[in-house]
Amino acid sequence: MKTLGIIFSNIHERDIPELTKVRTLASVPFGGRYRLIDFVLSGMVNSGITNVGIITKYNYQSLMDHVQSGKNWDLSRKNGGLTILPPFSDEAGGGVFDNRFEAIKSVESYIRHNDADYVVMADCDVICNLDFSAALAQHARKGADITMFYRKKKISPSDWERFIIKTDDDGKVVETVRCDGNQDEHKVYTDFMIITRRLLLYILDHAAQWGIKSFSRDILSNCKEYKIYGFEQDGYCKAVNSLTDYYNCSMELLDPAVVRELFNKNGAQIYTKVRDSVPAKFTDTACVKNSLIADGCLIEGEVENSIIFRGCHIAKGAKVVNSIIMQDSVVESGSTLNCVIMDKDAHVLDNRLLSGHPTHPYYIEKESTI
Amino acid sequence: MKKKRCVAMLLAGGQGSRLKALTTTVAKPAVSFGGKYRIIDFPLSNCTNSGIDTVGVLTQYQPLILNEYIGTGGSWDLDRKNGGAHVLAPYQAKRGARWYEGTANAIYQNIQFLNKYDSEHVLILSGDHIYKMDYSKMLAQHINTDADITIAVIDVPMDEASRFGIMSYDKSYKIFDFAEKPKEPKSNHASMGVYMFKKDVLVKMLTEDDADETSEKDFGKNIIPKMLSLNMRVFAYQFEGYWKDVGTLKSLWEANMDLLGVNPVFALDGDAWKIYSGNNAYPPALFLGAGSANNSIVTEGDIIAGKVINSVIGEGVTIEEGAVVENSIVFSGSVIGAGTKVSYAIIDENVVIGKDCVLGDKKSSPDRITLVGRDTVLPDGTAIESGSVTEAE
Repeated sequence: MKTLGIIFSNIHERDIPELTKVRTLASVPFGGRYRLIDFVLSGMVNSGITNVGIITKYNYQSLMDHVQSGKNWDLSRKNGGLTILPPFSDEAGGGVFDNRFEAIKSVESYIRHNDADYVVMADCDVICNLDFSAALAQHARKGADITMFYRKKKISPSDWERFIIKTDDDGKVVETVRCDGNQDEHKVYTDFMIITRRLLLYILDHAAQWGIKSFSRDILSNCKEYKIYGFEQDGYCKAVNSLTDYYNCSMELLDPAVVRELFNKNGAQIYTKVRDSVPAKFTDTACVKNSLIADGCLIEGEVENSIIFRGCHIAKGAKVVNSIIMQDSVVESGSTLNCVIMDKDAHVLDNRLLSGHPTHPYYIEKESTI
Repeated sequence: MKKKRCVAMLLAGGQGSRLKALTTTVAKPAVSFGGKYRIIDFPLSNCTNSGIDTVGVLTQYQPLILNEYIGTGGSWDLDRKNGGAHVLAPYQAKRGARWYEGTANAIYQNIQFLNKYDSEHVLILSGDHIYKMDYSKMLAQHINTDADITIAVIDVPMDEASRFGIMSYDKSYKIFDFAEKPKEPKSNHASMGVYMFKKDVLVKMLTEDDADETSEKDFGKNIIPKMLSLNMRVFAYQFEGYWKDVGTLKSLWEANMDLLGVNPVFALDGDAWKIYSGNNAYPPALFLGAGSANNSIVTEGDIIAGKVINSVIGEGVTIEEGAVVENSIVFSGSVIGAGTKVSYAIIDENVVIGKDCVLGDKKSSPDRITLVGRDTVLPDGTAIESGSVTEAE
């Protein structure tokens, strides 16, 4: 069963403008050493998908620097492997794509020149360790046109842009409706889907003629026309659609059960760019409680309920509580941070007192000095 | 194919029997070090950082883990089209099969490899030292002095000099005297086991040595003394910096402890000389509840719920609640059970220690390291005395 993976690196990035100001959503740092794309990309690789295209729109320098040749995901291949698909606009103009369907249309030739049976499409806003092979097997078994991934959850306002799917006893999708206004538990579509490649090409060929401009409006809502099935993403699966989501989701990594499930589910690991950092060093004055500490850190101060990325320095007398400190940042002595998200290469000087609240974490920009 | 200026040959076949259970199933260069490294990462990273992109790794003793670790050399940027890392195991030739008999013989049996690359110079390295060294500086001196062989030396304390090969050299660094492990050393310039040869000279010396039936086929015992007696151009390259032979449990323990602190005796980071390694896919270290680490190194994949003091903890180690690990080294994948006390111990890879065990006793010290071998499972409540060796069956 040959499968092509397509990852959208930019969709949903307006949800977290702070973190995506200088990067794609795909390259937002997460969990001490990862980028958001690592989860879905590793999931594909662990599911035997060795042919993956990443659709980019803008600000994709950090993403290219992160994935490079794909070697760290075993995707540097002669046959297939990783392909970055930069924006493409033809001479007729019309500019760069605006939605998912236009994005797919812009990489039509990439999909056409592939010999996969199925195309898996996924976004980077979902934190999960997903085995796509079970969904692919179901897709094939049911002879589906499309499989929509969903997770069962209580609807919150950040889901209002999403879709709820309703299925019959066989798992066939019978209705797709928008979330907004709903509050109860529903099957919420994660924007991940499997589509039979020949069908996708057929739709792309006739898009203009049929007036198809959107997946959700013109295809997924049309479950009478297409044979659509649902597939539940069970286990740990969270979407990051606001800075608060990002904060809460990060903090859940302090639970060892979540760490085990997310980073080593049935032996499936999450890969990331190798940085060859030295292991973390703790001095006599270090005091660490309930925290995640990556390699390359020097911890001399107090760290509690926090996530410290690679290469950070928490100086003697500094106190970091309930915070997320990204790669290579420094907190100098005497400073106290509470509910802070500190972006990469930032510097908090001596004796600063910074505090946010779990629902409104205080964000420090990349490379800034406080 | 463009000729290389210098090719390295890394002697990685040694058994390292003084490391006891650590090398029962693993070659010495593959023994863990500093949390996420193996000893061989140091010479291989030194090669890459020095611009040497072709390395023959000579393996013989228990090569399985070592071979798997080296792979295609990608971890050290040594996966190259022209050159790269090559594992060179003893092989069967037309005139018969031979094991590597001595350091010189191991290189001699791979003369084909040297001839294939036909570099101007050949660097001979060993896989049992922890150090950061720029071989390109040594090569520059080797070329400047038009040496047949350049031997890297480091000054050691005089009272330890009799453990090493000791050189005496003049102002121009030309060596006039060499003694292997002398009882009364004439100087404290010790050989680091790092030799830079002119390739043609090396091939000639090895070929002659192989024909000599009285020779022990060893660089230190045979080749270097012979070159001196022939009055060839034998020079010393004076190295300054950290260098440690980790051939014994005590020295391995000490070298790990040398990494600790803000200003450590040996700093792995803080300069551009990165040490590369295999890099597994582990999440960051997770500290739980009362878990703590002081004056220690903790690596990714660890789950720390107990106390870690003055210790080096490898990748993917679990230290359960109430456990105390002090002055010890724990290699990757091991589990220290709840309430267990460990002091002055080296715990090898994938060891599972049960609850409420005691490793070590009042006599524990760097001279009485408690060693637990790879894959050992210790049941709850086990007590092990200091200085003992426990191995899996």
